[in-house]
Amino acid sequence: MDSGRSGSRRLAIRLLLLLAIGLLSAILPATSAAAQDSEQNTESVGGTIRGPDTEPIPDIQVMVTKNGAPIGEDTTDAEGTWEIPLPEPGSYDVAIDPDSLPDSAVPREQGGERLTDVQITPGQQRIVIFPLVNPNEQSDGDEQQGSTPTPQQTGPSFGQRFADALLSGIEYGSVIAICAVGLSLIFGTTKLINFAHGELVTIGAMVAFFLNAAAAGPGIQLIFAAILAVVAGALLGGLLERGLWRPLRHRGTGRINLFIISIGLSLLLRHVILIIHGSRPGSYTDYNIQEQLEFGPFSAAPRDLSILAIALLTLVGVATMLQRTRIGTAIRAVSDDRDLAETSGIDVSRVVLTVWILGGGLAALGGVLFGLAEVVAWDMGFKLLLLMFAAIILGGLGSAYGAMVGSFAVGIVAHLSTLWFPVELQNAWALLVLIVVLLVRPQGILGRKERVG
Amino acid sequence: MDFAAILSAAVTGAIGPVAAAYALAAIGLNIHFGYTGLLNFGQVAFMLVGAYGVAISVSVFGLSLWLGVLVGVLCAIVLALLLGAPTLRLRSDYLAIATIAAGEILRLFYRSSYAEPLTGGVFGLQRFANEFYELNPFPAGEYGIGSITFSNRDLWVMVLGWGLVALATVFVYLLIHSPWGRVIRSIREDENAARSLGKNVYVYKLQSLILGGVIGSFGGMVMVINTQSANPDSFDPVVTFFVYTLLVLGGAGRIAGPLLGAVVFWFVVVFFDALLRQAIAAGYISSDIIGAPQAGAVRFALVGLGLLLLMVFRPQGILGRKEEMVLNGR
Amino acid sequence: MVDESTATLSNVAAEPGASKPDPILAADGVRRSFGGLNAVDVDHLELQRGAITALIGPNGAGKTTLFNVLTGFDRPSAGNWSFAGTELRGMAAHRVARLGMVRTFQLTKALARLTVLENLQLAATNQRGEGMFASLVRPLWRGQENRYRELADELLARFRLDHLREAHAGTLSGGQRKLLELARALMTRPRMLMLDEPMAGVNPALAQSLLEHITSLRDEGMTVCFVEHDMDMVMTTSDWVVCLAEGSVIAEGPPRAIGANPAVIDAYLGKHHDEPSSPEQPS
Ligand SMILES: Nc1ncnc2c1ncn2[C@@H]1O[C@H](COP(=O)(O)OP(=O)(O)OP(=O)(O)O)[C@@H](O)[C@H]1O
Ligand SMILES: [Mg+2]
Repeated sequence: MDSGRSGSRRLAIRLLLLLAIGLLSAILPATSAAAQDSEQNTESVGGTIRGPDTEPIPDIQVMVTKNGAPIGEDTTDAEGTWEIPLPEPGSYDVAIDPDSLPDSAVPREQGGERLTDVQITPGQQRIVIFPLVNPNEQSDGDEQQGSTPTPQQTGPSFGQRFADALLSGIEYGSVIAICAVGLSLIFGTTKLINFAHGELVTIGAMVAFFLNAAAAGPGIQLIFAAILAVVAGALLGGLLERGLWRPLRHRGTGRINLFIISIGLSLLLRHVILIIHGSRPGSYTDYNIQEQLEFGPFSAAPRDLSILAIALLTLVGVATMLQRTRIGTAIRAVSDDRDLAETSGIDVSRVVLTVWILGGGLAALGGVLFGLAEVVAWDMGFKLLLLMFAAIILGGLGSAYGAMVGSFAVGIVAHLSTLWFPVELQNAWALLVLIVVLLVRPQGILGRKERVG
Repeated sequence: MDFAAILSAAVTGAIGPVAAAYALAAIGLNIHFGYTGLLNFGQVAFMLVGAYGVAISVSVFGLSLWLGVLVGVLCAIVLALLLGAPTLRLRSDYLAIATIAAGEILRLFYRSSYAEPLTGGVFGLQRFANEFYELNPFPAGEYGIGSITFSNRDLWVMVLGWGLVALATVFVYLLIHSPWGRVIRSIREDENAARSLGKNVYVYKLQSLILGGVIGSFGGMVMVINTQSANPDSFDPVVTFFVYTLLVLGGAGRIAGPLLGAVVFWFVVVFFDALLRQAIAAGYISSDIIGAPQAGAVRFALVGLGLLLLMVFRPQGILGRKEEMVLNGR
Repeated sequence: MVDESTATLSNVAAEPGASKPDPILAADGVRRSFGGLNAVDVDHLELQRGAITALIGPNGAGKTTLFNVLTGFDRPSAGNWSFAGTELRGMAAHRVARLGMVRTFQLTKALARLTVLENLQLAATNQRGEGMFASLVRPLWRGQENRYRELADELLARFRLDHLREAHAGTLSGGQRKLLELARALMTRPRMLMLDEPMAGVNPALAQSLLEHITSLRDEGMTVCFVEHDMDMVMTTSDWVVCLAEGSVIAEGPPRAIGANPAVIDAYLGKHHDEPSSPEQPS
């Protein structure tokens, strides 16, 4: 029992250390985060006013009253946003001036320009929304503009769009695959569902962003920034394994508890990133504007082709490593049967460390590629995480190759869905595939059924 | 810094309507996770369908609020069946991932422009609970002790919220202290053993998912009745994590765990929120490091850290028994 | 009745797949393979009603896998089997148990955070309070619950577990868990018990008295099939022995005859000739 006590003290120290490192890295680039200007630090009410076409509308008068007495007013800026500081928590009325609305927009419901009894709790910065519609739609808003997936009537032929979507789907899938392979290997060797894997992705993208594009950063060329980011990701992976997961496993923490711990870690890391980076997405300074190359039905920017090539090469590299090298064989052996591997002389803890280093590096690379393909944002990894889960379940939990195949399936489904459905739902379709597969082949894809007796 | 203000804000948060809504969600989750051992990471989905069941019924179809509550409950039952049927036969990991995915799918569909005629899309729906507020027996004014005050409106929502919490707690107590509860707990320990004794594990899990889901949907209803506004983005997966955190904090698998957990959780969260804001306002923390816009994120980071530390150092929570935690082989 | 069941079995030919006068369980062509390995491959097997049949065989012979398949915990690759006239193929494990064929596990499954008493109470069948709605109305099931509690207490006393009545099952020792699981299985009032190494790790004196108990249950009409590595126990307790090797039944017959069977000696006793067969039990 006393060994448990000192064990837990050691663990506490480790955690503190981890935390200190986290905070340190939080403070270093904090200056770059260009603290958004904002005077109010208590209650406020605000929002963004968008027209029926979901474009923001500037120059709309908004006012707040309490029991009829005016409290404050604001006019929407070019981004349609407004914000009014409040003196104290309580109940307020918020209204927009209908006369300041453009002719093309009216409140969705009669009298909707006024919200009564808006509750503000202490410290709350409340967002309120004034839904606006076209004047002829005040009762039933049916027409949806701005969200139709791709230009349908005037755009390229269906075949052309299909080819484009397929290509972006493969690109998306390859990025998911890079991230998911690590997640799958970690699950295979330690049975941990690492919920914080998405944050490894984000951190990778962020490190490269700091080195490459941040105002306070050194402005290194992206390729070198990416290499450094991968190294940082690998280090972080190894650090997490040695500083957190291994000691926890040694204490005999149960699988489900470990899973919940990884959720806590994910929440923590994600919001530390948000604090440092802010919620505004960024992009790298290199390879932004490029001419489309055309070949056959496909057209793509060199950037996207490079992403695809790097991702595919990496995947082939990982597969070769798993098949051909000693450590690869050891990883597969540990995934297969941990106890057996241990008794046959494999150093399991070294294998697990390797897997974490590999997984961290791959996740960071995936993050950079994803950030290059789209944008660098604080929650990019978390958004990718569910797709990674979908991918590794599709492919069979714990199998690295399955994860790759599953990733391409998920990526392609997501992008092909945009041919028929709104872009905003592309990830939802990919996740739906997961549920459908579970319905049709509940055990088939699990690989082996566990033995009972 | 005004510590009295910080404290009274924290107390207000701890017993306010939001805490009650989370307590309900956690009571439901306690049936799933605490007693049946189901790793449901989509509790927010039940809250969402409950909330929108009410909101859509009233705002779109003009039904009575009370009928809307019924619709919300039915939606939760249907969701439990849809979600449980394919996944409850699988290993717990799969349930966890499938449920969190289902929650996200629902949120994305509810906020999509497709669903806008029904759900109001990203704008959500507003002001559907007037019927409830018309019944408010408290005369207008502020009620409370010292600086802890609630408007008559808040008080009325609190009566609803905490009333439901009390009802649900008694309900769960009766359920768990019965042969049904014994079967449920045996499934948590080892479902194959339960099977070998002739228990239809699948049906029990489904019942558990439904019961906990319905209770969770009431949490969602209280949440949106409180704000008079249902917005898909307030049903983010993070809500589920909050619910887990406060359940583990109070003690999973204990009758009073969710209740105590909700109160303590919101006390701590609001306390730190208020403290941080005051510290920033007073200039103790440079706004270069953490400005007001980031202060909101600090709450989430702290909850994450809290969950992590809690699971590492006191996984049994406040009310749990250490011995039982040791026996928990999972 | 002892005489009766041994008498009826005495006319049965001692050869694999022999048909019994009154089989309660009959299996045909049951096969279960894992990848390339045929863990179970039984052409034909019958178990006599009201008899104690021992299932023996070297480690990895497929005894547990056969149990898993027969009781619905695992799906066979092929084959049919019936219990008391009911076809069981494809039937869910809990329904098999409700038919009266109840099994225990080689690696015990104590319900760790339930008390010992609760473990037994759980096993009682047809409990009114197990319905979701009925559970809320205590008067509906209180009487039955009290009756079952008395029954459970009797069993606990017989298994010398009464002093642990309120302890969490997870705190029990390996042998105590074996006892608990056997008591739990009996609490269901089964027609047939399938015991996977029930006495492994139980102290010999207690094991002896429990075996006597099982024998007396047999005399009241219950059928028992048990897996056991200890040949002495097999010899003294069983009416019939079935020997499995590499998934197939290689021999069956009355206990005394089986010891002399060359196939058995080859497959099982032969390998362990120099070391006395001893119970081995992980956890
Ligand atoms: N789920 C499984 N996956 C793969 N192989 C399995 C599985 N279950 C059993 N086996 C294999 O089937 C064979 C039979 O195993 P089984 O457990 O039935 O043996 P047994 O006769 O009960 O042995 P023991 O006396 O040691 O308990 C073994 O070779 C085992 O490795
Ligand atoms: Mg066995």
